[in-house]
Amino acid sequence: MAYQQHFRVWRGDAEGGELADFDAEVNEGEVVLDIIHRLQATQAPDLAVRWNCKAGKCGSCSAEVNGRPRLLCMTRMSTLDPDETVVVTPMKTFPVIRDLVCDVSYNYTKAREVPAFVPPKELQPGEYRMQQVDVERSQEFRKCIECFLCQDTCHVIRDHEENKESFSGPRYLMRVAELDMHPLDAAAEQGVDRKAGAQDDHGLGMCNITKCCTEVCPEHIKITDNALIPMKERVADRRFDPFFPIAKLFGRRWAS
Amino acid sequence: MTEIERHGYDVVVIGAGGAGLRAAIEARELGKRTAIISKSLFGKAHTVMAEGGIAASMGNINSRDNWQVHFRDTMRGGKFLNNWRMAELHAREAPQRVWELETYGALFDRTEEGKISQRNFGGHEYPRLAHVGDRTGLELIRTLQQKIVSLQQEDYAQYGDYEANLKVYAECTVTEILRDGGAIAGAFAYWRETGRFVVFETPTVVLATGGIGKSFKVTSNSWEYTGDGHALALRTGASLINMEFVQFHPTGMVWPPSVKGILVTESVRGDGGVLRNSEGKRFMFDYIPEVFTSQYADSEDEADRWYEDADNNRRPPELLPRDEVARAINSEVKADRGSPHGGVFLDVSDRMPAEVITKRLPSMYHQFMELADVDITVGPMEVGPTCHYVMGGVQVDPDTAASSVPGLFAAGEVAGGMHGSNRLGGNSLSDLLVFGRRAGTGVASYVDSLTARPAINGHDVESAAAAAVNPFGDGTESARENPYTVQQDLQQTMNDLVGIIRKADEMELALKKLDELRSRADTVVVEGHRQFNPGWHLALDLRNMLAVSECVTKAALQRTESRGGHTRDDFPAMDPHWRQVVLVCTAGSDGVEVACEQQPAMRDDLLELFERTELEKYYTDVELPEESL
Amino acid sequence: MTTTSPAPSTGVDAPGRVVTRVRTLRTDRWWLPPLLTFLGLTAFLVYGLVRTAMQNYYWVAEHHFLTPFYSPCMTMSCLPEAAHFGRPFPEFPALVPYAIIGLPFLLLFRLTCYYYRKAYYRSFWLSPPACAVTEPHRGYSGETRFPLIMQNVHRYFFYAVVVVTAINTYDAILAFSGENGFGIGLGNLILVVNVLLLWGYTLSCHSCRHAVGGRLKHFSKHPVRYRLWTWVTKLNTRHMEFAWITLGTLILTDAYIALLSAGVISDLRIVN
Repeated sequence: MAYQQHFRVWRGDAEGGELADFDAEVNEGEVVLDIIHRLQATQAPDLAVRWNCKAGKCGSCSAEVNGRPRLLCMTRMSTLDPDETVVVTPMKTFPVIRDLVCDVSYNYTKAREVPAFVPPKELQPGEYRMQQVDVERSQEFRKCIECFLCQDTCHVIRDHEENKESFSGPRYLMRVAELDMHPLDAAAEQGVDRKAGAQDDHGLGMCNITKCCTEVCPEHIKITDNALIPMKERVADRRFDPFFPIAKLFGRRWAS
Repeated sequence: MTEIERHGYDVVVIGAGGAGLRAAIEARELGKRTAIISKSLFGKAHTVMAEGGIAASMGNINSRDNWQVHFRDTMRGGKFLNNWRMAELHAREAPQRVWELETYGALFDRTEEGKISQRNFGGHEYPRLAHVGDRTGLELIRTLQQKIVSLQQEDYAQYGDYEANLKVYAECTVTEILRDGGAIAGAFAYWRETGRFVVFETPTVVLATGGIGKSFKVTSNSWEYTGDGHALALRTGASLINMEFVQFHPTGMVWPPSVKGILVTESVRGDGGVLRNSEGKRFMFDYIPEVFTSQYADSEDEADRWYEDADNNRRPPELLPRDEVARAINSEVKADRGSPHGGVFLDVSDRMPAEVITKRLPSMYHQFMELADVDITVGPMEVGPTCHYVMGGVQVDPDTAASSVPGLFAAGEVAGGMHGSNRLGGNSLSDLLVFGRRAGTGVASYVDSLTARPAINGHDVESAAAAAVNPFGDGTESARENPYTVQQDLQQTMNDLVGIIRKADEMELALKKLDELRSRADTVVVEGHRQFNPGWHLALDLRNMLAVSECVTKAALQRTESRGGHTRDDFPAMDPHWRQVVLVCTAGSDGVEVACEQQPAMRDDLLELFERTELEKYYTDVELPEESL
Repeated sequence: MTTTSPAPSTGVDAPGRVVTRVRTLRTDRWWLPPLLTFLGLTAFLVYGLVRTAMQNYYWVAEHHFLTPFYSPCMTMSCLPEAAHFGRPFPEFPALVPYAIIGLPFLLLFRLTCYYYRKAYYRSFWLSPPACAVTEPHRGYSGETRFPLIMQNVHRYFFYAVVVVTAINTYDAILAFSGENGFGIGLGNLILVVNVLLLWGYTLSCHSCRHAVGGRLKHFSKHPVRYRLWTWVTKLNTRHMEFAWITLGTLILTDAYIALLSAGVISDLRIVN
């Protein structure tokens, strides 16, 4: 069942680099990461690649296969034409460290800028009561394995490095949505307005909902439909809907 | 030598998995300046692979559950070899640790009343595992990661610096722990990204490096599991216990080859999945050991009724402790009743509707669909044993997680004793939380007790640096070994000779091979430079893998009985005399030395939790209390 | 072919990144979906423009069929029997659509629709043309400034379109009663199916999903709204399909009625 396939793997560092050519054996059931490991073990021992679990659970081996952001461990060779050259490059949106490894510190910086969960003061550990229907929306977002492929594919920063300052990317806008939908988050009582934060601090308005983040998500999280658009609507309640405050006067329950 | 980057901390935690992060949170909350050093990126720890849940006797589903029942289950699972004090602390404190996670923002699945839902798992008498679908480990890591971020935000608000008191050094590997006299003085590490060295000046080190699975060929463990903490502890003068006990998880994927070993969560069985052989038979009924006959059903009817009415029926034998199930699968395959790719069949497709499967086991559905092209809602999975967990680890004080070396602490998988000879599913995540936190408090009080800070010896730093660059060679080597080849040979050796079923002659052969591998590892030469060079990283990890492999093999050779995660073909029975013995590995002048130590005796009130008839199966007559009790 | 260069400090080739010198390394036909979208939307716009500017062939007197493109017809130019809501407006000059009251809302509803935004940002504005394909623009500010910040008022167009769709529904019901009393023909079926799909599109709107329940923090305290939300959520996953299907059924409905009205064909009658 084994066959030979041609690969071009980007090799280099922040100073520059190029696609290096390799021919490698491919066996049944293998994924691109297996081939990269084979190259390491046989042809290029210092080929740098980040990986951990090799089961699509840790989100470490993000790169681009034939120009498409992918997890290397979840890209099966059988989905690629054996006659075509497979081009493997590091993620485009982040600076390269070496070969397929990128500096993803942008994401950790943005993560720190999202105000953390605020526990309700009146509840002690063990007293939290939440209904399954109320936690499900946030649970979907917590499936995120932080592979940063959505950040990589998002054209707002992929095509415009200069937007990194003002835009936190789908991953962290989704984190804001997760907290805003958390049934017991007490941020509002502390004066933290997550909706305003999404718009003003994390650049929700930059998103033009072109859905590449959703398409690329290996966890199949509906980032756009379930996090970004609902957040845009929540911001619209506050910022763009003159009737919403009036409606609230009539009944607080409308939006609780 | 160029100036080496230096940082000073009160506490350095090695490892950013559940135990490391929980320890760091505790230390930081107790006012200690803390560093977390992680081989991987922050949030990628192997903990994310844990699927089933966190065992804690909250009693949300069955109110009869309490810490005593949990303690009992843990001791039974470990075949009474557990350090009883650790098992006690673990069972008592786990609920509090889980509830605490909710205050950090965790979102577990809920019961009707809005409490944390709990699921059944192998070896646990009641539904006990707090879970989020089948991605509980991810939830745990993300929650702790976000708690750390929130502590950093507090520091930012106060000092204008996120990292004032708590910093994560991601993609940084510790190669040596430095001492001043006998006590911890610091740690020597390199940045994976640049290859540059960094020295941490610290009076304390918490080892939270996880396990050793990468020494075996078929494993559910990631590349990080090279036994760094175990080896560092040995080299620092601490001792390892129970190293002969390696858990082979009964259900790993067996096909395709590239994913062989990847875990199939036990919740598949907890939620109703059954094991069948090639003849379609639910074979686990044939493998119920005598010690468990009172708790496990002997007919399919009773087993199936248990899912609906757990109080009046005995449990299905698919939920026996992991060692039993793994051995059973192994026997079926050896008897030629295996699946086409050398495993057995695990089936949920005919046990529940497709939408229930995709809801309860989303990541399993996903994993088989994407990696093996198998739809688990319509057909069975093929599964077989995979190296999953090491029960052995650093010998620590149960209450403080302190090792015998002043300033050196260990928590989580790298610590030994808690799980005895076999760990129950779900007890790992709770172990991380309970003993992670205890290590945090232990380390903080150790720092408080210091009158003077130990100092790093400059010579130690130089020799650590020299050892670290050694694999690059000087170009004069006659023999040049490839680190990848040595690793593969090591994995094959351990898998074949010290695997799930062990024999004296095979292990003696393994020791010989390990000797050869060690000399080959000395001649490993890596190409390229120090910037993110995986060949070099592996070369440095190799000696750790070799050290722990030697511990496992030597201890396994010495223990002439079968118990939990240690099965001897030549000594198939469990021997009560061996229950009293803990095998302790230390670094000697000529490799690892193994010594016998007496197991501490269980406190009377805990011993009374068990029926005498049960204790008789594990204890020698002399040890048992008077008949009147 | 690929090197990093010290080139511009911003954009897709910022320092330190991989420079590929090509717009994308994708080897699939990534340009096909945006092209099809472009052609599809353009075709609809052209058709709609031509038809609404025609000021003719919108009413089938025999069966009381009124095309949605001319509903509600409220100008003195309308045939009185097609004006279900009276004719308060004076005669319109040539080319001005008779349904000037409803059409702008319909157009703006679709223009600000979260799905269509994606579709035309990708296909017309190439921002981005496809995932991981570099867009041709130097700068990008998304929906943060005028005019695109106005996309946020989508919900008002939704409210308006609920009214318009109700009118279309009313039209479709009236069409069961022609000159000869009650009757059912192919035209009726087309009108009904079209209206049902229009409701599908309208109610699957993201703003609708938000309004019925999405804005809640605790579903469990609002069981009815939660139920509504789950229904809308199910529809919402088909929003894109509804968006395209209704473009098709609108053209089909209108073309069928135009052909009937022009006497080119006659309605296939089932009952009377």
